[in-house]
Amino acid sequence: MVQVQEEKKRPEEEEKFVTIYIMGKKYKVPAALTIMKAVEYAGYRYIRGAGCRAGFCGACTTVFRKKGDYKLYTALACQTKVEDGMYLTQLPFIPANKAKYDLNKLSDNGALLLQYYPELARCVSCNTCTRSCPQELSVMYYVQAAIRGDIAKVAELSFDCIQCGICALRCPAEIVQYHVGQLARRLYGKFIQKRSQNLERRLKEIEEGKYEEELNKLMTMPIDKLKEVYSSRDIEKRG
Amino acid sequence: MKLIRGYPEYMRESIELVAKTRQRRLKETFRKMTLEERDEVLSKYHPDYKKGTKRPVRIGPNKGDVMPNELADLLESHPLIDPSEISLDQIDFDVDILIIGGGGGGLVAALWANNSGIPAENILLVTKLRVGDSNSIMSQGGVQAADRPEDSPVRHYLDVIGGGHFANNPELVKTLVTEGPFLIKWLEELGVMFDKDENGEFIERPGGGTSRFRLHSAKDYTGMEIVRVVRDEFRNRDIPYLEFTSAVELIKDNQGHVVGSVLYNMETKEYYIARAKATILATGGYGRLHLQNFPTTNHYGATGDGLVLAYHVGAPLRDMDSAQYHPTGAAYPEQIVGLLITEKVRGMGAQVVNKYGEQFVFPLEPRDVEAAAIIRECYGRNNGVITPTGMRGVWLDSPMIEIISGEGTIRKNLSAMWRMYRRFGIDMTEDPILVFPTLHYQNGGVVIDNTTATKVPGLFAAGEVEGGVHGKNRLMGNSILDYLVFGKRAGIYAAKYARNAKIGKLTLEHVYKYEEMLKKAGIETDRRSPILLPDYRGKKTIERTIDLLQ
Repeated sequence: MVQVQEEKKRPEEEEKFVTIYIMGKKYKVPAALTIMKAVEYAGYRYIRGAGCRAGFCGACTTVFRKKGDYKLYTALACQTKVEDGMYLTQLPFIPANKAKYDLNKLSDNGALLLQYYPELARCVSCNTCTRSCPQELSVMYYVQAAIRGDIAKVAELSFDCIQCGICALRCPAEIVQYHVGQLARRLYGKFIQKRSQNLERRLKEIEEGKYEEELNKLMTMPIDKLKEVYSSRDIEKRG
Repeated sequence: MKLIRGYPEYMRESIELVAKTRQRRLKETFRKMTLEERDEVLSKYHPDYKKGTKRPVRIGPNKGDVMPNELADLLESHPLIDPSEISLDQIDFDVDILIIGGGGGGLVAALWANNSGIPAENILLVTKLRVGDSNSIMSQGGVQAADRPEDSPVRHYLDVIGGGHFANNPELVKTLVTEGPFLIKWLEELGVMFDKDENGEFIERPGGGTSRFRLHSAKDYTGMEIVRVVRDEFRNRDIPYLEFTSAVELIKDNQGHVVGSVLYNMETKEYYIARAKATILATGGYGRLHLQNFPTTNHYGATGDGLVLAYHVGAPLRDMDSAQYHPTGAAYPEQIVGLLITEKVRGMGAQVVNKYGEQFVFPLEPRDVEAAAIIRECYGRNNGVITPTGMRGVWLDSPMIEIISGEGTIRKNLSAMWRMYRRFGIDMTEDPILVFPTLHYQNGGVVIDNTTATKVPGLFAAGEVEGGVHGKNRLMGNSILDYLVFGKRAGIYAAKYARNAKIGKLTLEHVYKYEEMLKKAGIETDRRSPILLPDYRGKKTIERTIDLLQ
């Protein structure tokens, strides 16, 4: 490893602090931190409330208000910077019932969504779900699509859902939107999306043992020879 | 500090150079390195080769083997529990199969154990976070499987073994490439929504070190989509699980077989005894050990617990001398430093360029080579961009994707990336993004055979915790495939083993023996392991500096 010099400076922003209130307690934290890191900076060690720390798992759902602002905001703690005067808490758990089903016994029938989640019909189109979604999905639109039985639309609109559950918690009609989306996507993947024929052909070839001999040859090949074969293999180009 | 569309004013000069060279670069392909050139850049610039960062471990089945200091520290620690305080007389959970870990490997193993005839109620899955919280759910780019007519499992085999520096276990690689396509089919049947064309064929893309376009993806939420579906199926079958509960020490019986685990409820701080005929380790990797102080792409629980548990019962590890640094972690802004920028960004045509807007490496070299070349550009040639926190990085020219495949492509295919940058005021369809290597994957792990059995009877391992599949370097898209193929095998073979297993008298004698080994080797320390979760309280939360000094 060559000699390299690290220029270590503290960022200007780190010197700036903001005041936040974690579950009502006041802390001064560096302004450049995410909510998640600010909570840790304040001295908390997560058991619940931290998962992937990168915006994919929905473990760190946070609700907060700001000084002098009536609105209740929602955010992912790992993807949101702290702001001065935030009153925040993270949600450790969201109680929500998931329907149980054997996917093999279902079909592409759009009425299945209402059958498994009849509370869908209680939607009052208030749009609170959409406004509270930290992924900014059009949740209400997919709830409406679910009521209409449009599986493909629900699958499309709900695809980026990280299942944090905040929509279900905020919904006055007590719908569990994110579980409805999950069922719709599985129905879409299994019954509506077409199956790959290439894959079927390949499975048959593997079962017939088409690649056995060549693979066994590579497995026992001396490394020098194997390196040669590797280096001379052709590479597919973007076309 | 004044920001212009998310970037400090001083970075804009370099961003303009990137924009200026873009049209010209669209027609240019940077030459790929020869095997000799790869070796040279690796030995000079890859973190694995840095002096003073590794040492031979002094005790246990791998005594004398060189591994990162951080891992050697874990293995040279006192066991977390005092066995004299744990009673094995009262069994809290008595099952056929205990699965430790709730990520991709654990969930797939649970479903296949169930498919193999083990009733749901005779399975127990434990995880120290929530079911699904894992590196698996964070995987973005895709999963490899050779199913196109112009591709074959033989080609896939060559790519895997060459990418792994010919150090892989050939038998495991053969299993990976020949069973892989069957697992893709299994996911289709479970209702995973892959990116497909109108005929139902997968839209497949290239990855680093792959000789064919072979990556199946679901936008840049591939891992999330797969884990969501597998978890949904797991819940549908009512397989029992315990969340926020860690395995802290495996239990053996008087025949030397692994027969369950001591569990620890992280919230109530109680211990439970789980007795099992077969135990599957699916604990993932060790990114949160922050080797050499590198930031990591890994989830909160990636603390290498499985390696420690296996080592304590005498199961050997392999290839622990090599770690994977993903070439492109975010280097700016500060809030997301180290987070993964999927290889798919390069797979879709974005080039890697220096502060002058010039290419210096083929964008899809195997990961270790690509990462070493980026470190060379930043520190060997001083052509990186320096961030306000003193980090260096190079540009990943994401706007090229929109030029190559049309406006809106990023939003549609890379929505997770687009959303993350937008949250911090950066539009990656207009401006390039700054990247630097980040600790990503544990290439090695617990030694397994083709049935996922470790060297200790009763103990199986699947996913990132095991070693041998990827040799010294894993290719993109083979980690999902690994947990699918070997998670399935772990479920099947653990079920088979459990049917004939007879459990003897339970013991934690190996824990006392481990303490004796420490003492004999003269290791005096107050470290304890497994560590279960990292500690970022107080000042530790401020960005870690990568010490690239000798």
